[in-house]
Amino acid sequence: MSVATALQRPGGAPGAAAGRPAPPGGAGSGHRRLIVPGVLYLLVFFVLPVGVLLATSFYARVPGGELGEFEPALRWQNYPEALAQFWPQLLRSFGFAAAATVAALLVGYPMAYVIAVRARGRPALQGLLVVLVVAPFFTSFILRTIAWKQILSDDGRVVGALRWLHVLPPDGRLSATSAAVVVGLTYSFLPFMVLPLFASLERLDPRLLEAGADLYATPLTTFRRVTLPLSAPGVVAGTLLTFIPAVGDYVNSSLLGNNTTTVMIGQVVDARFFRVLDYPTAAALSVVLMVSILVLVTAYVRRAGTEELV
Amino acid sequence: MTRLRLGGAVVPVFASLGFVFLLVPIAYTVLFSFNDAGKTNLVWRGFTLDAWRNPCGAPRVCAALVGSLQVGLVSTLVATALGALLAVGLARARFRGRGAVNLLVFLPMATPEVVLGAALLTQFLSLRLPLGFGTVVVAHVMFCLSFVVVAVKARVATLDPALEQAAADLYATPWQAFWKVTFPLLLPGIGAAALLAFSLSFDDFIVTNFTSGGFTTFPKFVYVSATRGIPPQANVISSAMFVLALLVVVVVHVVSRARRPR
Repeated sequence: MSVATALQRPGGAPGAAAGRPAPPGGAGSGHRRLIVPGVLYLLVFFVLPVGVLLATSFYARVPGGELGEFEPALRWQNYPEALAQFWPQLLRSFGFAAAATVAALLVGYPMAYVIAVRARGRPALQGLLVVLVVAPFFTSFILRTIAWKQILSDDGRVVGALRWLHVLPPDGRLSATSAAVVVGLTYSFLPFMVLPLFASLERLDPRLLEAGADLYATPLTTFRRVTLPLSAPGVVAGTLLTFIPAVGDYVNSSLLGNNTTTVMIGQVVDARFFRVLDYPTAAALSVVLMVSILVLVTAYVRRAGTEELV
Repeated sequence: MTRLRLGGAVVPVFASLGFVFLLVPIAYTVLFSFNDAGKTNLVWRGFTLDAWRNPCGAPRVCAALVGSLQVGLVSTLVATALGALLAVGLARARFRGRGAVNLLVFLPMATPEVVLGAALLTQFLSLRLPLGFGTVVVAHVMFCLSFVVVAVKARVATLDPALEQAAADLYATPWQAFWKVTFPLLLPGIGAAALLAFSLSFDDFIVTNFTSGGFTTFPKFVYVSATRGIPPQANVISSAMFVLALLVVVVVHVVSRARRPR
């Protein structure tokens, strides 16, 4: 394309200015057609299923019917009944996910900082460290979770060391505890924390850090007043990418936890569907989970966007 | 100055601990593929190459692997095709409802897997669709699609729209412009998105568990056998996949470096 044709039609219809017939439809409508298959797919296999889930959450048991037999109804009582029975598991899921997100931020921030700032200008090292961050994705998620079961076992070295340091009492254990589940959740979603943090820290201008030091700021002050605020978008993205999957996860809680004090909401939904065949309760809990996450995420993004982090 | 130097050492030390935290479970997975496993393969009992010599030795482990590979390949193909088209359309076309489409792409990523799985299951149940390979593929395409869109959109943003306008000026139809100009330039981004989709599909457990019925994938096999004891063959397969994935990353890196103009 020559400069002349570009100048002839600033934003106008392609080809029209040059006195030629415009190509049929123009580029814009052609592009619009590209989205149709994907949008249809998401409508049929995401929006519609969520609608069916919502409808199912109001279904009622067929009177005198067999186990797992339900009929369309508007039984709103499914919600208060499900919440009355399963609020501890719901609250616990949010608690565990929040703890894991904070832990992942504390562990992941130095990692992202080293990759983005300390390894700057050494592309080979940077590349290697990024590969190490995504390396867990190359092995089975479930086998890695089983590995934590082994690492945190009662006769393992970690528990032995913690007992020796008197962090754990002599008969203290980690396996089948809340701590093990939170460690597992932190581990599972740590790469999702590190990658967005890395992406935002990579854009950080090192001269700003030098300027902080020149103005007699301690490294800690420079970090708090310069680095942290500038990496805020990465913190927001990383915490969301860690928190959302962690709330719904039940691989960690079922493999690393126990059957009473560590049960998370995902396990309940799974069991209601497949063991008890109580679809309306499972659907109601899923809807509550989805809505509360969307509300929390919206509130968090608003708050992070306006007051604290900018 | 001492404070600066102290901080200079503390951060890398913490970061190294983070990397150790990240990598130790992988080391365990690989190590226990060499274990002379008893029933459970949870305790180290001695080195052996038995499982590596006979990776399909445990019942159904290779069938599960083949199931995962089939689901992964088909879902990746479909999700990448739909997602790449959607990404180009979203990045280039101006139309009403663009915000709504962006939201539609974003929402599946902001929804926990257990909700996605539950929603699809209720839909399949209400349609009386038998659960199996087909329903798993439908589900995987759905959750991979958004990630493909995000990955390809980032690549489209780096393209010069003038190239497509030039094609339009030369009487290329929008489809011709897409296939002859946009698509070849997007190919590296589309390839990366496809790899991402495959790894998401291959390692998925929760959505698969809800939508698979009697069909078994590799993660489902491992999860189900966890109660009775995971055969070391599962560790062998996972370790081999790990090495393979690392090789792919290295090859892609080397090729992209060689192609980059200097």
